[in-house]
Amino acid sequence: MSAEKPRQRKAVALISGGLDSLLAAKLMLEQGIHVEGINFFTGFCVEGHTHAIRKKDKAKPKRNNALWSAEQLGIKLHIIDIIEEYKDVVINPKHGYGANMNPCLDCKIFMVGKAKQWMEENGFDFIITGEVVGQRPMSQRKDLLPVVVRESGADDRLLRPLCAKNLAPTLPEREGWVDRDKLLDFSGRNRKPQMALAKQFGFEDYASPAGGCCFLTDENYSRKLVDLWTAHNRKDYELDDIMLLKVGRHIRPRPHFKLIVSREEGENKFLTGYKKQFTAIETESCPGPLTLVDGEVSDEDLTLAARIATRFSKGRNDDSVTVKVTRQNGEQLSLEVPPMPASEIKQEWYV
Amino acid sequence: MSEFELDARNTLCPMPVIKTQNKIAELSPGDVLRVVCTDPGALNDIPAWCRINGHTVLHTEEHGDEVSVIIEVGDA
Repeated sequence: MSAEKPRQRKAVALISGGLDSLLAAKLMLEQGIHVEGINFFTGFCVEGHTHAIRKKDKAKPKRNNALWSAEQLGIKLHIIDIIEEYKDVVINPKHGYGANMNPCLDCKIFMVGKAKQWMEENGFDFIITGEVVGQRPMSQRKDLLPVVVRESGADDRLLRPLCAKNLAPTLPEREGWVDRDKLLDFSGRNRKPQMALAKQFGFEDYASPAGGCCFLTDENYSRKLVDLWTAHNRKDYELDDIMLLKVGRHIRPRPHFKLIVSREEGENKFLTGYKKQFTAIETESCPGPLTLVDGEVSDEDLTLAARIATRFSKGRNDDSVTVKVTRQNGEQLSLEVPPMPASEIKQEWYV
Repeated sequence: MSEFELDARNTLCPMPVIKTQNKIAELSPGDVLRVVCTDPGALNDIPAWCRINGHTVLHTEEHGDEVSVIIEVGDA
């Protein structure tokens, strides 16, 4: 009498689009596990956006790396919108921020927790991530990996195939769903083992974002987010707010308003979609950028805004430039202003 | 078989993909969905999502500042 064939176990893989999650999922597929990917959209993801906005990037192939990873692996990918729920992670991170406004540890706990919920709802057995002990200063420190396990609620159903041998055996290993001997012992910041493994699996042209896949690790972006919270006098945001922080020059000449000045055609087109939500300044007597004014402005403020905006137009050296101002209520007026000399635009106005 | 249209204008990737994914979850195999977007990245991302999830892209179109992806829902 033959034993009943054990059912194929199912793992949900957190797929960021980077190399580590790609390799972790591949290791599970090699062991005969059914793998499906999950990818979370927080609103801060670098993926895709800058390509869509900036014209100069159009020559580069537009590719969503999480989708690309899934296609290389031959697995399904579920992209989950977590924009609303994620706000609490960014605004009130229990474990604090990293070098910038990046709440990496809270983020990992949150995402693994969401993956656990998805696992339970979809009848999967365990969760895998591409985490490597000691690779990142905040979220992948050896003493913090157990915090992710505990606080996400994933407990021993969270398996990190790339560094599992450095950690205590998890449920999938103890139950024999996966062979621990075939898992890896990567650690630290050295990327060479991952690159060698990628070569072995035949993965080429994988993404290797230097600062990770999140705008919150970016110093300039983080400064703009803090400026937004300071100006609004509260830590909060809507998706449009955080999208606009990715676009244009942000200049705050007065505490109660800032300008968003497009830098090229792609940004101009993107900002056009927001014209109805802001006061808009467009040059008429010469070519120039679209400028949005964020904040309640007086006539005097508008003149100042128009002088700054025209500084970035083709008429910057003219005696005066004519601009069309469209207020949020649709009211339009024409202003003729002398463009502000570069020397008068204070460095501290640049956010 | 029924035909549907999804407005994903003025959203940036991956939102058009997420909207497509969530809409298709409500549809039946053989249904046809036209997704209209303003982010040209959707021309790459939606077909990639369809390939890995078992749906067929029948056609893509570019018209002015908009792009459309026409999808036949698969059995997956």
